[in-house]
Amino acid sequence: MPRRLIALTTLVFALALASCNNAPVSFHGKDITGVMPDLQFQLTGEQGQTVTEQRFQDKAVILFFGYTHCPDFCPTTLTSLAQALKKLPEQTREQIRVMFVSVDPDRDTPELLKKYTGYFGPRIVGLTGNKEQLDTLTKRYRTTYGYDEPDENGNYLVSHGLAMYGFDKQGKVHLFMRNDQPVDQIAEDLAALAGL
Amino acid sequence: MWRTQWQLVQGAITPYIFSVPTVLLTLLAVGLYALGWRRLAAQGRRPSWWRLLSFGVGVLLCYVVMHTQFDYYARFMFFMHRLQHMVLHHLGAFLIALSNPLPIFAAAFGARRFPRLALVWRPLRRLLFDPVVATVLFVGLIFFWLSPVVHFDAMLNLNLYELMNWSMLVDGVIFWLVILDPRDPDDARTSRFGVRFLMLLAALFPQILLGAYITFSDPGLYDVYAVCGRAWPMSAATDQVLGGIFTWIPPAMMTILGALVVLRLYVRHESKKGESHAPSADCPDHSGFRPGTGQL
Repeated sequence: MPRRLIALTTLVFALALASCNNAPVSFHGKDITGVMPDLQFQLTGEQGQTVTEQRFQDKAVILFFGYTHCPDFCPTTLTSLAQALKKLPEQTREQIRVMFVSVDPDRDTPELLKKYTGYFGPRIVGLTGNKEQLDTLTKRYRTTYGYDEPDENGNYLVSHGLAMYGFDKQGKVHLFMRNDQPVDQIAEDLAALAGL
Repeated sequence: MWRTQWQLVQGAITPYIFSVPTVLLTLLAVGLYALGWRRLAAQGRRPSWWRLLSFGVGVLLCYVVMHTQFDYYARFMFFMHRLQHMVLHHLGAFLIALSNPLPIFAAAFGARRFPRLALVWRPLRRLLFDPVVATVLFVGLIFFWLSPVVHFDAMLNLNLYELMNWSMLVDGVIFWLVILDPRDPDDARTSRFGVRFLMLLAALFPQILLGAYITFSDPGLYDVYAVCGRAWPMSAATDQVLGGIFTWIPPAMMTILGALVVLRLYVRHESKKGESHAPSADCPDHSGFRPGTGQL
């Protein structure tokens, strides 16, 4: 029986160890350094031009997926991000860009995106793409999206991820924030990300 | 017409994320099995087709839930993830173990022996096939991967995700191998049938409790599916209730099915003992393989 107990304890410890994360956590959000690949994409910008990660060279980037007809999470999350950016000193703010990637390209034209992101501030950039481009990007960051059946007016809901992904100035992934993270904590995490 | 249908099929069987370990391990298992089968058939000891069918369907089910578009839905819908684990840990693993595959794998190596490997394998096998360890691991792994913090990480981290699925499958097969071992416990020194009933009982109640807990908890227990987006706009509450029910009822039914098989094995061995106390020619040898009878 003691041998059995020792064996069991060893197994339990092995399992517990497997779940440990050794990286020091300096964010309020989740530290996902190394868990996902570097920032890389090809999308369409607010002027209808092709945009790649080159556009955000030397900027810390926050990536967020959504759509402009979103009734709840997109406007609240973008508002939180805009408020958090306002709390930062101008110099830090200038080092950060927010990518708002619409997963509803049928309705979200570049013009609509430009108008929409304009409500939230100049550092929030609207992007979208075709199905293939969006699938590639969402798969890369372990997220997805889907559409409901349209109602009689042609309106439909879109399911999308609620997370904000933070990349440093070299495009390396570090930060994973839930949409309900308080504004103060988002601001501190943004500052930490810009300082990397 | 045919082309579009073929494209649909092709889309459905394409893995969402190609996994080298999954392909290699599946090929290894199927390859070894085929080789063992051929060797046994060449010796005139071909196992029954039922065993092949059970093994084949089990492996196929596990492959489908891990390496086709099913996996996409399992990554982004909680209830689909529960269905995936039900197949890996219960249905698929059960069918694989029911086919009694170890003697066939052993036959793949012919007369060759690997003393060094056996040195590691034997104590490991003794440990993992111990009734207490096997039961604690079987239930423990379900609870471990379903604890919300661990679950969140597993869904974000590709390697952890694969570890989760493979650990569920391997652990499921081990548990059901202990339960469904067709050899006579007196001869093969395997777990006695009473112990196996107790194992099933010990595994049954925690699963029912966990399934009920998930079903009746406030939605948002596994918020990773909201955070990472669902495959289609289903409410978190519906997803969680369905997931809870799939954790609760089908595994409980599989446990009952397991108990029925154990009961059948028990009755068979008892009646055999009643017939004759002396070991007869067709008694199982220690490899657990009985030619021709095709027992499961």
